Amino acid sequence: MTRTAAPAPTGTDDPALDVEGLCVDLSTPLGTVRAVDGVSFSVRRGRTLALLGESGCGKSMTALSVVGLLDPAARVTGGAVRVRGSDTLRLSPAERRKLAGPVLSIVFQDALTALNPVQPVGRQIGEAFRIHRGLSRREAREKAIELMTRVGIPEPRERARSYPHQFSGGMRQRLLIAMAVALDPDVLIADEPTTALDVTVQAQIMRLLRDIQNERDMALVLITHDLAVVAQRADDVVIMYAGTVVEKGPVRDVFSAPRHPYTQGLLDSVPEHAVRGRPLPAVPGSPPELSAVPPGCAFQDRCPLVRERCVRERPVLRPAGEGRTTACHFAEELTHA
Amino acid sequence: MPDIRAASAASEASAASAASAATAEAAARPLLEVSGVTKSFGSGRRRLTALDGVDIRLGRGETLGLVGESGCGKSTLARVLLGLERPDAGTVRFDGTDPFALRGKELLAWRRRVQMVFQDPFASLNARMSAAELIGEPWRTHRDVVPTPKAREKRVRELLALVGLRDSDAHRYPGEFSGGQRQRIGIARALALDPDLIVCDEPVSALDLSVQAQVLNVLSELRERLGVAYVFISHDLSVVRYIADRVTVMYLGKVIEHGDTEEVFDRPQHPYTSALMSAAPVLDASRTTADREIQLQGEIPSPFDIPSGCRFRTRCPHAENLCTTEPPPLATRGTTAASGTHTALCHFPLGVAGESAGM
Repeated sequence: MTRTAAPAPTGTDDPALDVEGLCVDLSTPLGTVRAVDGVSFSVRRGRTLALLGESGCGKSMTALSVVGLLDPAARVTGGAVRVRGSDTLRLSPAERRKLAGPVLSIVFQDALTALNPVQPVGRQIGEAFRIHRGLSRREAREKAIELMTRVGIPEPRERARSYPHQFSGGMRQRLLIAMAVALDPDVLIADEPTTALDVTVQAQIMRLLRDIQNERDMALVLITHDLAVVAQRADDVVIMYAGTVVEKGPVRDVFSAPRHPYTQGLLDSVPEHAVRGRPLPAVPGSPPELSAVPPGCAFQDRCPLVRERCVRERPVLRPAGEGRTTACHFAEELTHA
Repeated sequence: MPDIRAASAASEASAASAASAATAEAAARPLLEVSGVTKSFGSGRRRLTALDGVDIRLGRGETLGLVGESGCGKSTLARVLLGLERPDAGTVRFDGTDPFALRGKELLAWRRRVQMVFQDPFASLNARMSAAELIGEPWRTHRDVVPTPKAREKRVRELLALVGLRDSDAHRYPGEFSGGQRQRIGIARALALDPDLIVCDEPVSALDLSVQAQVLNVLSELRERLGVAYVFISHDLSVVRYIADRVTVMYLGKVIEHGDTEEVFDRPQHPYTSALMSAAPVLDASRTTADREIQLQGEIPSPFDIPSGCRFRTRCPHAENLCTTEPPPLATRGTTAASGTHTALCHFPLGVAGESAGM
């Protein structure tokens, strides 16, 4: 497939996306809570970074802040989101919109809500070319058909006239991917892209994402709660808990020898290696409400290593081996592997 | 018609020899036997066959894992097991009794024995009822189970303790509980009538991983302490492998493979089972998906338009002409007598050709 105006990376080793100290506040009926608290990570082109965590940990909120699609009840209160050398948080809305598509793009979880139900899908996919590249309706349509072919929609010329509800869940997810990569973004964010799909279709979509990422040398940020998807698909992982990053590093290292008791707890909870008839080593309790995160370490109530210092002093991210960081005072006690 | 209370009345009746023979027979027969169950909805061209000749069997205290993708019929089967959907053909025997032949008091008494745990603990609990009211609600219908208010209060406390909640939780409302705690309330409520079978429809899918393990532990513990049997519906193969004794794999309304959990996972016979297992991502990063994945083409066909012959042939990597023309036979690979057989609905079951040499 020929692409015009392929954006040049700003430098070979520079990150395509660099998020630093991101903070997001969320207004709730009970007052303002901090949903994302000082999250930093960066990802280069061709690499995949996973944001891993359970519901309410702030991973989706982080993704939405990066692409500038936060709910009005949420507000970025600090940090920087750098792409191509500029901090998107300091750009005007109009300048920012110019980045949406050619630089930063997102694939959502729920394809049916993400698509316009009353517009043929071909026109929705082609819209990016009309707005950003000024192509004619006919030219945009041809581009859309080309993209639909690439993502594996059968009979794309005919199907371009169909509406979202006329596609299966897997096909809709393919349409969303087509739309997201239309303008060859440097960075593609995928927010739980396969959660709503059946296992065999999930595998197809993950493969498509991988192939397209390789073809276009994109940076991929994968937002997920699925440890196995991270293990199979990501190079680096950022593990979030109650709005903060608790551990960060190359997936292989983190999963083989975690340096945070929460990571360890998550890995132990996977029934994959469990023996039938023996209890799973579950993490007790559940994550704290954002309005009631305890002072000190947010994980203290569920942690097997907890002691007085954890209640008193909030752990900050610190180096823990090559390319790795942890936010645990006593991470060294986990290095039994 | 056999007395459906035979099992529960067993201990009292053991004096009479005739009754003890009946008891032995009751203990030997499976708790649940479903054979050839077919269920369609709609008519004419808009006729959807959700279940097509489904057989399942479940012993007392056993767990059957029910696996399959959307539209495979697993939820319809669950509804049939609960007596909510009457099959068009085939038989359901619960402890030797056909629940669809029961009426009035007998039907009410039967309903006590089969309960359900739902997927979404947020949608399945009434937000205006306290935990104690939710757990005790089944007793409003089944009044004789726990007759006095005092006994009910005590039983609620026992049930809360069974699922790992505190006494003080009795008077809290669903909004005050986390997802995992709500699911525990759902389980306590299912236990309120001392059922023999609980149908669990994706009971941990809506829960976060760290909480999912807690709820799986509660379910395993209850099985051991109370001897309750589960039909465990899940799309998560690692969960099924952990909890189930036997696995039934469904595809477009048919059981395509059935056998002991270890057997089915270690030596799947049906290409669909094998593909399903290889498609599920695993934690072990050294086994990358690309190396072991069997790629299935396309998606599940519409249940309104089921392919001729073998219904899996449109996506099967091994399909031949025979698969288009002939419905596949049930291939059996006998395991041990105790664990039953391992069956697959396939013309060319996997591993069978090489079996004599390999095993």
